Amino acid sequence: MTVTAEIPTRAKISEGSRQERRLGWLLCAPAVLVMTAVTAYPIGYAVYLSLQRYDLRFPQRARFVWFDNYAAVLSSSYWWQALWVTVLITAVSVTIELVLGLALALVMHRTILWRGAVRTSVLVPYGIVTVVAAYSWQYAWTPGTGYLAGLLPPGSAPLTDHWQAIGLIILAEVWKTTPFMALLLLAGLALVPEETVRAAQVDGAGFWQRLRLVVLPLMKPAILVALLFRTLDAFRVFDDIYVLTGGSNNTGSVSILGYDNLFTALNLGIGSAISVLIFLCVAAIALVFVKVFGAAAPGGEGDRR
Amino acid sequence: MKPATRTRARWTAVNLVVVLYALFPVWWIAALSFKDPSTLTDGNFVPRRWTLENYRGIFRTTEFTRALLNSVGIALIATTVAVVLGTMAAYAVARLRFPGKRLLIGMSLLIAMFPPISLVSPLFDIERALSLFDTWPGLIIPYMTFSLPLAIYTLSAFFREIPWDLEKAARVDGATPWQAFRLVIAPLAAPGVFTTGILVFIFCWNDFLFAISLTSTRAARTVPAAIAFFTGSSQFQQPTGSIAAAAMVITVPIVVFVLLFQRRIVAGLTAGAVKG
Repeated sequence: MTVTAEIPTRAKISEGSRQERRLGWLLCAPAVLVMTAVTAYPIGYAVYLSLQRYDLRFPQRARFVWFDNYAAVLSSSYWWQALWVTVLITAVSVTIELVLGLALALVMHRTILWRGAVRTSVLVPYGIVTVVAAYSWQYAWTPGTGYLAGLLPPGSAPLTDHWQAIGLIILAEVWKTTPFMALLLLAGLALVPEETVRAAQVDGAGFWQRLRLVVLPLMKPAILVALLFRTLDAFRVFDDIYVLTGGSNNTGSVSILGYDNLFTALNLGIGSAISVLIFLCVAAIALVFVKVFGAAAPGGEGDRR
Repeated sequence: MKPATRTRARWTAVNLVVVLYALFPVWWIAALSFKDPSTLTDGNFVPRRWTLENYRGIFRTTEFTRALLNSVGIALIATTVAVVLGTMAAYAVARLRFPGKRLLIGMSLLIAMFPPISLVSPLFDIERALSLFDTWPGLIIPYMTFSLPLAIYTLSAFFREIPWDLEKAARVDGATPWQAFRLVIAPLAAPGVFTTGILVFIFCWNDFLFAISLTSTRAARTVPAAIAFFTGSSQFQQPTGSIAAAAMVITVPIVVFVLLFQRRIVAGLTAGAVKG
């Protein structure tokens, strides 16, 4: 009787669409609950832990210390060294992957022979367990055992040298994830209309001109998504370093640093501060991609057709 | 005819390079796993004396067989649950209009980008408090969380391809939304669901960080973590042969999977990313 004022807005929501809403929420609820329970809550808890002095060896001495842990981490050379290594590995491996992945995508797109076989073998690095691949590389570069170490001058132990070890970590990362990049780029290539490329060819554009002026601009969204995915993924590098060098000789990434502080030093407070800092770095990278490069968030256009 | 032969030869060479690139580290670890202990360190790319001793060795200990059981069980359960929950959410995202949808998409995008190390320290503490540490659920729950966004993206991309008019027809014939979903759409969506299942399974099978952080004994330690903690049969022996053999055991099923379903895996990997 008193709801007359609401009728103009309320009337739009029919019984059917109310049912649709309810079903939508109902269907999403379990996924949302699980995701919140295991990510949102722990991230909040990590922030809380990072403000405490909390050493698992002396749990009774736990107390609230505000930003002391952050000050300790940010003023430590270990953090900056690890961050530098991580940024270096991320930047170099993603750059190589983009070039190599594009080449691989062009081969897969254009090849006239055994297209299926090529695509299948490119998927092998994607499927293989990272730790397994890392061991394969480790044994290959171990002097006396490996076929690759045998190619080096006698007496060299590449995994114990800072720069060589970083190079090998990048190599392992590139080998493992270039196929993923290549497949995303291949999907982008498939979106480039054949007629446009042919028209450019008729107009006398050479291979490089067609690639640079026609194909790449049309592929931009796919390239940005692939770069975003791979950059965020490379920033979390852990498995390869753990197996190849264990983080010795200053080859540890931020993830290795966080792991060591937590499980070797058993310092939950410092470990959590590192966790939160890594999270902030990743968020910053994502923000840069979305804002500066205008990468479309995958799944962003969620409206039904 | 002549230029055609030359093109053929060139493509053969290029393809050969690609195939070799993809396979040689795999071949190397396979070769190691078949080497006799005395020739293990000879650096040869092909074993000089072939043996199955390394495989017999790892299957003699419960350390490895238990880890294999953990890997299979944990990955299968996490995949099943993630795919079921992901299917429900993806259907809603692709099909229904409801407020909060954008928030859901944004949230799962955020989770897909989460660095796992950021969750390890709080999860370690929370799981110890809930006595989930070093148990199957202690790994299953984080795995399904991280695979849910993946499942929601790929599935909603697949779901957008489905001819929804069939569902409308079913609704006109008097089916409820749930019936329409179950009887009409679910069978059409099955291939996409299956593909997503493969991707999620590979993801769970691959994980190393959670596996070494949230387990401490053989109760829940999966193969990737177990490999890293392998010790030789004596302290003077390197576990190289055992690691290589165990590595092959967890690699072969995935590679077979990939070979069998390569078309679908490519579709799944690219659907979510490119079609948006």
